[in-house]
Amino acid sequence: MNFKNLREYLSWLYYQYLLITGIYVLEPWEKSIFNSILFSAIAMVIYTSYVFVPIHVRLALEFFSKIIGSQPESTVALMN
Amino acid sequence: MTSQYISWVTPNLDIYSRGRPTKMTESSSNKLLNGDSCHWTSNGKKSSKNGFVKSHGLFQEPQKYRRPREKNQNVTHNSSLYKKPFAESFEETPLLVAVLTYMGYGILTIFGYLRDFLRHWSIEKCHVAREKEEQKDFVPLYQDFENFYTRNLYMRIRDNWNRPICSVPGAKMDLVERVSHDYNWTFEHTGRVVKDVINMGSYNYLGFAENIGACANAAIEATEKYGVGVGSTRCEIGSLDIHEELEQLVARFLGVESSMAFGMGFATNSMNIPALTGKGCLILSDELNHASLVLGARLSGSTIRVFKHNNMQSLEKLLRDAIAHGQPRTHRPWKKILIVVEGIYSMEGSIVRLPEVVALKKRYKAYLYLDEAHSIGALGPNGRGVVDYFGLDPKDVDIMMGTFTKSFGAAGGYIGGKQELIDYLRRHSHSALYATSMSPPVVQQIITSMRIIMGEDGTTLGIDRIRQLSENTTYFRRELREMGFIIYGNEDSPVVPMMLYMPAKIGAFGREMLKRNIGTVVVGFPATPIIESRARFCISAAHTREMLDTALKATSEVGDLLQLKYSRRERPLPSLGWMAEESLLQD
Repeated sequence: MNFKNLREYLSWLYYQYLLITGIYVLEPWEKSIFNSILFSAIAMVIYTSYVFVPIHVRLALEFFSKIIGSQPESTVALMN
Repeated sequence: MTSQYISWVTPNLDIYSRGRPTKMTESSSNKLLNGDSCHWTSNGKKSSKNGFVKSHGLFQEPQKYRRPREKNQNVTHNSSLYKKPFAESFEETPLLVAVLTYMGYGILTIFGYLRDFLRHWSIEKCHVAREKEEQKDFVPLYQDFENFYTRNLYMRIRDNWNRPICSVPGAKMDLVERVSHDYNWTFEHTGRVVKDVINMGSYNYLGFAENIGACANAAIEATEKYGVGVGSTRCEIGSLDIHEELEQLVARFLGVESSMAFGMGFATNSMNIPALTGKGCLILSDELNHASLVLGARLSGSTIRVFKHNNMQSLEKLLRDAIAHGQPRTHRPWKKILIVVEGIYSMEGSIVRLPEVVALKKRYKAYLYLDEAHSIGALGPNGRGVVDYFGLDPKDVDIMMGTFTKSFGAAGGYIGGKQELIDYLRRHSHSALYATSMSPPVVQQIITSMRIIMGEDGTTLGIDRIRQLSENTTYFRRELREMGFIIYGNEDSPVVPMMLYMPAKIGAFGREMLKRNIGTVVVGFPATPIIESRARFCISAAHTREMLDTALKATSEVGDLLQLKYSRRERPLPSLGWMAEESLLQD
């Protein structure tokens, strides 16, 4: 497919999206329901990952560094 | 405006039986162990001749646990029976496409349930039939999947089907323009006509659907002589001299002893099979047989067993089981075993493996019913159907059935066979006893077109058409395949199914093609399995090379737009090396 500009390319992509999901055959109000549900779900996924992923990563790092870092000390303690 | 309404194939009318028509009364498949079938090896005269000494049956079982990329149709198992290569392919559905198709149906089903919910609580108006208020507590009538599908999926793309035509459905046709303001629940004619749409949908294989020319003139003469209606059945006072003439001509055309013509192709199947078999008989039916054959088999009251499409191992297994075990419970032998197959299967574009079926039929002493609805006229060097195509003897087929609807551009059906068979049917078939006899202009159209095909009019017009059809078929199939579409069926079949798969693409393809002035038939469930939706082109001898090129160009454009070029095989196809165009012309 040859496209003259970005707009045409984007409209073709949207058409493919309509065809593959099958919402091409739906009525406009059903299309908007589907789109809003899908996009809000995606938005939520992105938002939650933005909010929670850094915290989880930090906690995980702390946890693992504690295990790796504290192990020699504790064995020494046991020996005594 | 003289409007002649011809309805296109609608998905919920042209129903194929995919499942078993009746429940198998006994699953005897497990019982036939290798030990049971030892005595068949002693009867190995034929098998040793074919080189299959070790196998119990005529045809070897395919190796198990082998999963080829294509369903095995491309390989000819018993090539000694065929005079020329039998090339048939059904490319496997790409996995991603299958997953996306199911996802699409899933989404549409969810919205279907939403709409049903809204209709149930009267939030939106219900346009279709529903239970009356006083019937509410009875068994629900409109809850099964077919109803759900019609309401919530088919209705949304209904504008692609049942489109009225207002001209002769030749190579080009005129369509009545129509619009829908309520999302396909009702249609309104705008009064305009869409002119000169290239017709890729009609079963007009030899291009005899014409309103001018020798056939039309002869039909007009017949109308002037006999009128249009006959007003009685064949066995009362509805038998005209041209009916007799037609039957003798058909018998001569087919190379059989005698034949009989009926006014309706569908009824030829559904009313004659019950006359031939009954209780205590066994019908072995291909899983993709047409609804008329399925209906006939069910009406007959015989036991029906279904074999896999064009799968000779499956057919042989059923035959052996039937002979070894006989009828269920009593174990009496079956009175008759009738194998029912079609010449060209109209949804798959495949051709029956007739040489193998005939070999099996002879070996196991069964009868063979061959429905040549699509193949008569369209196949073979002389246009005499699938028997001619394989170069077999018509006497090997017990019941030759076919229609005049397709290649002859008329209406009705015929049955050909031995004299005793036809005499018996004349006295016992419902469509011979109760149906009004064929209209004289229709009979005359068939006689004239058949004479042209046989070359009895002194011209080579008929043979030219047959050659043109075969040329067009090869060209169209090859071009589509090279463009990268998935095409089903046999290389020589004028029915060309092109896979679409996704539900939204069914609607989009039909609409986009019509925008480019090309009329196609798109097919979905229940005529096909749910994920294998397809578009079906029917090639005609009336199509010129320019028309085919226009159609191919439009198809390629739409294919790019909708991303339909699914095929994953290397292009150009290496296995087509043997198929030079010249060799095909000579057949």
